[in-house]
Amino acid sequence: MRRFFPVILFVLAAFWVGASFVPAKKSHDDLNLAGFGKIPVLVGGRVKPLDTVARNSLLIIRSKETLRLDDGRQISALKWLADALFNAPVADQYPAFVIQNADVLGLFGWQQSDRKYFSFAQLAPFLKQIDEQGEQAEKLQAVERSAYQSAILNLRNALVLYQRLKNSVQPEGAEDFAAELQAFEQAVPEAARAARAKETGASFDQAQLDQIAEVMQGYERLADMAYLLAVPQPSGSGDWRSVGQAIMQSIAARGMDPVVKLYASLGDAYRAGDSAAFEETVDRLTDRIGQPQPTGVKRARYEFFFNAVDPFTHSMALYVLAFLLACISWLTWQRPLNRAAFYLLLLAIAVHTFGLVSRMYLQERPPVTNLYSSAIFIGWGAVIVALILERIFRDGIGAACAGAIGFITLIIAHHLAGNGDTLEMLQAVLDTNIWLATHVVAITTGYSAMFLAGMLAIIYIVRGVFTRSLEKNIADSLARMTYGVVCFATLFSFVGTVLGGIWADQSWGRFWGWDPKENGAVLIVLWCAIILHARWGGFIRQRGLMIMAVFGNIVTSFSWFGVNMLGVGLHSYGFMQKAFPWLVGFIISQLALMCVALMPLERWRSFRVTGATRSIKPPVDFVPPELAVKTTAE
Amino acid sequence: MLNKFLDLITSLKLTILCLAAGMVLIFAGTLAQVHLGIHEAQQRYFQSFFVWWPADGRGIKFPIFAGGHFIGAVLLINLIAAHAKRFRWAWRKLGIHLTHAGLIIMLAGGLFTDLFAVESHMRLANGETKNYSEDARHDELAVIDTTNPDFDQVTAIPESVLRRNHIIGHPSLPFQIVVRNFFQNSRLRVINEGDTNAQPLANRGPGAQVVVQPMPRATAPDDQNVVTAAIEIIPIDGAGHVQESLGTWLVSDELGAPQRFSWMGKTWQLTMRPARYYKPYSVTLQKFTHEKYAGTEIPKNFASQIALIDPERSLNRDALIYMNHPLRYRGETYYQAGFQKDDSATILQVVHNPSFLAPYIACVIVAAGLLVQFGYHLIGFARRRRAFA
Repeated sequence: MRRFFPVILFVLAAFWVGASFVPAKKSHDDLNLAGFGKIPVLVGGRVKPLDTVARNSLLIIRSKETLRLDDGRQISALKWLADALFNAPVADQYPAFVIQNADVLGLFGWQQSDRKYFSFAQLAPFLKQIDEQGEQAEKLQAVERSAYQSAILNLRNALVLYQRLKNSVQPEGAEDFAAELQAFEQAVPEAARAARAKETGASFDQAQLDQIAEVMQGYERLADMAYLLAVPQPSGSGDWRSVGQAIMQSIAARGMDPVVKLYASLGDAYRAGDSAAFEETVDRLTDRIGQPQPTGVKRARYEFFFNAVDPFTHSMALYVLAFLLACISWLTWQRPLNRAAFYLLLLAIAVHTFGLVSRMYLQERPPVTNLYSSAIFIGWGAVIVALILERIFRDGIGAACAGAIGFITLIIAHHLAGNGDTLEMLQAVLDTNIWLATHVVAITTGYSAMFLAGMLAIIYIVRGVFTRSLEKNIADSLARMTYGVVCFATLFSFVGTVLGGIWADQSWGRFWGWDPKENGAVLIVLWCAIILHARWGGFIRQRGLMIMAVFGNIVTSFSWFGVNMLGVGLHSYGFMQKAFPWLVGFIISQLALMCVALMPLERWRSFRVTGATRSIKPPVDFVPPELAVKTTAE
Repeated sequence: MLNKFLDLITSLKLTILCLAAGMVLIFAGTLAQVHLGIHEAQQRYFQSFFVWWPADGRGIKFPIFAGGHFIGAVLLINLIAAHAKRFRWAWRKLGIHLTHAGLIIMLAGGLFTDLFAVESHMRLANGETKNYSEDARHDELAVIDTTNPDFDQVTAIPESVLRRNHIIGHPSLPFQIVVRNFFQNSRLRVINEGDTNAQPLANRGPGAQVVVQPMPRATAPDDQNVVTAAIEIIPIDGAGHVQESLGTWLVSDELGAPQRFSWMGKTWQLTMRPARYYKPYSVTLQKFTHEKYAGTEIPKNFASQIALIDPERSLNRDALIYMNHPLRYRGETYYQAGFQKDDSATILQVVHNPSFLAPYIACVIVAAGLLVQFGYHLIGFARRRRAFA
């Protein structure tokens, strides 16, 4: 059992992960929405599949990627989107809007209760009020808004998004849009003749002209409202238009774009629940869009697959499991658990890498482009270095670090994804792959190494103070690992910081501007330099190194997140009020650990002398190699 | 005594102390930016020898912490002194030597940049040509002799001179300028008819209908100081004798058009304007483009197509300045920095920094040094492990 345990566990986990790579069988929904989810559209400047649009929109509106109906049934984001696009009256009844703020609820005369999800139909009577209140809140800076104001503004934005979605591929609630379009197409030449007649003074049908003018007004509104740009320019120029714009342009072009018509038939098939017609129309629509946009279709298909695999959730679970196994291995069943943890981590990092590389492919960018991707990358880098350490030392320490950091960074990433698209387009100044690939990668690798060093130090302190498991050789190897990782962090933080300066020199003409993010980076470099010099000078020993490495966690978290919360400077990617208590909590926890580590060594359980059974002295103080040479020579 | 001092300035403890003080300073300076804005915080914390408290008070001030220049200078001395004292060549120390040599270059370059770099900007509307850039933070009082129709003769008095000196004279000016009032930042208000209490500072030009309200120095990043001064023009005759005053004018950023007066058959103009740096060449904006991602307001690119004409070097060429692609010409670098809201004008950042290469060189040297040093450790570690195993 002991021998086979790691292998069995690995195989089970591999099956679990592998299952997500296989496309799901036809779901219980009446229609197969998979093909629909792969249709590419342009939103936020990026071509993405409808599946991503659905997930991101629902995340903005409901803070979740799925929707639970009042009767307890759960439906996918895609199903919700399909209803919003084609069958608005049904979607209006879904409890898709999250409201938790008591003051906002009070605005509608509702009491705070267990219920926090509401449907559009329930909110419809208060739209004007929400709009007014939201508008007031919008005038304030994000920092100045109260909780109520933030909540009402979020609700307003969610409602705007939802209403734009409903008017994206057909006017909201249209029952038979295909027929309507056909009628419009036929009426246009007639109306044009009438308009010409009006100009020349000949007799014409005023009623008909008025009627078509009214219809056209409706389509103009549709063009204004649309959230999706669903119709590619057939010329292959790479431009996209909304359905409304395409209809308006069809008048001059003398012919309706087939994509518009196909979307209309898709809606008809959807409302009729006609599975065969729906799938056939999806295929034709995808073909049609693929003519001017072949890469768009290919990429959207891949992104759909990427969404379905959900790599980061899978690796998150594997990391946590590996961490637990590694920790337990220090108490019992050392070898099998240790090996099992290592195997699981290999699987986790493989899935993690798949996710990272997929994102790079989809975005055509180096790995780190925003805060979300920095969390993914920091975890990835730290896990790889930790796995190398584990491979060298084989004592479960590297594995525990890998599991813990991998899990925590992916959790952080998960919470950073709440603003919608994590593959968003980059502001002009960031639009440079060279600097993103060098400066940003080096800086985030430096963060990875700092957190890894901090994690190693935490293991040293926790095992030393609270358990008897920190034997001398383990303590020594931990110290060596920590020292090595700090060196690694110094190199990458320094190079990354200076490369950032050079980038700034290239784009703003100043190497160093004392911008908060730059300051944060230089704080890490300074702290690394202090640690290394203090050690070389013999001012700190093993325990001092560990305490300083834990403080490195604080410095790094300030540099990564803290400076963004100041809301000043060129690097602030939005104020993150929600994360502030977490950051403070983290810093306090690290300070507490440092205090614990400052206890006299005799109080550490691992170093406590208990009679004759254990005669372990406090660890021999670390003597750096150069000084060691000197002392022997003298 | 000397030995003790030498020991101190070469000690590793001093290095660590400086690094730690640097961390504290940077942390405090970063937090201070929330209230002071980047520029002000930078001046107080990083580009100073001491951080003073209270910072604004005119009375007694106490230095409460070492400023950036102080820490940087001590660190530089410490670094150089320690290496001068202990330097012993050994291959095994190559990494350490390289790293520190690179750091010396970087610190020295930083100091040099702080002292000698000049930043200004050039705002160009479509089709406009300029042969000067303007300072974003400092003004000058331009006294312009417009008598000759072929050229103007400009005498520019920097804001700092106006602030410090009471009486200003210059060989090119047949009069003295007496600074009656000077305001670093101010608001101007036109005097209403019923307003009897209001006392204008000037008695000539539009300034005679205006009261000046002093304001605290602007700190927010988008806030601009409105520099205002009341100046009296006192002519001097050929023999150097002071004549009767011509009157007092108000010059301010908020007063647009130049004000005129005549003296001794010459016409003069007075205007307060951003300090100008004239170039021996001219820049013309041909076209400014501002691209956005389709269906969004996210900027994709800003680019300025310009023509550069340098008669001295008989050069006439077009250039494109866009994000991350500056134009370097005659020791100055032009960057795409901003644009007018309606895209009708571009704003180019113009930087003159003679030591801009220092960080590039330093970065390569330090990175190489760190690689060698840590690589050396790593190899040693691997060897020991192999011997152990």
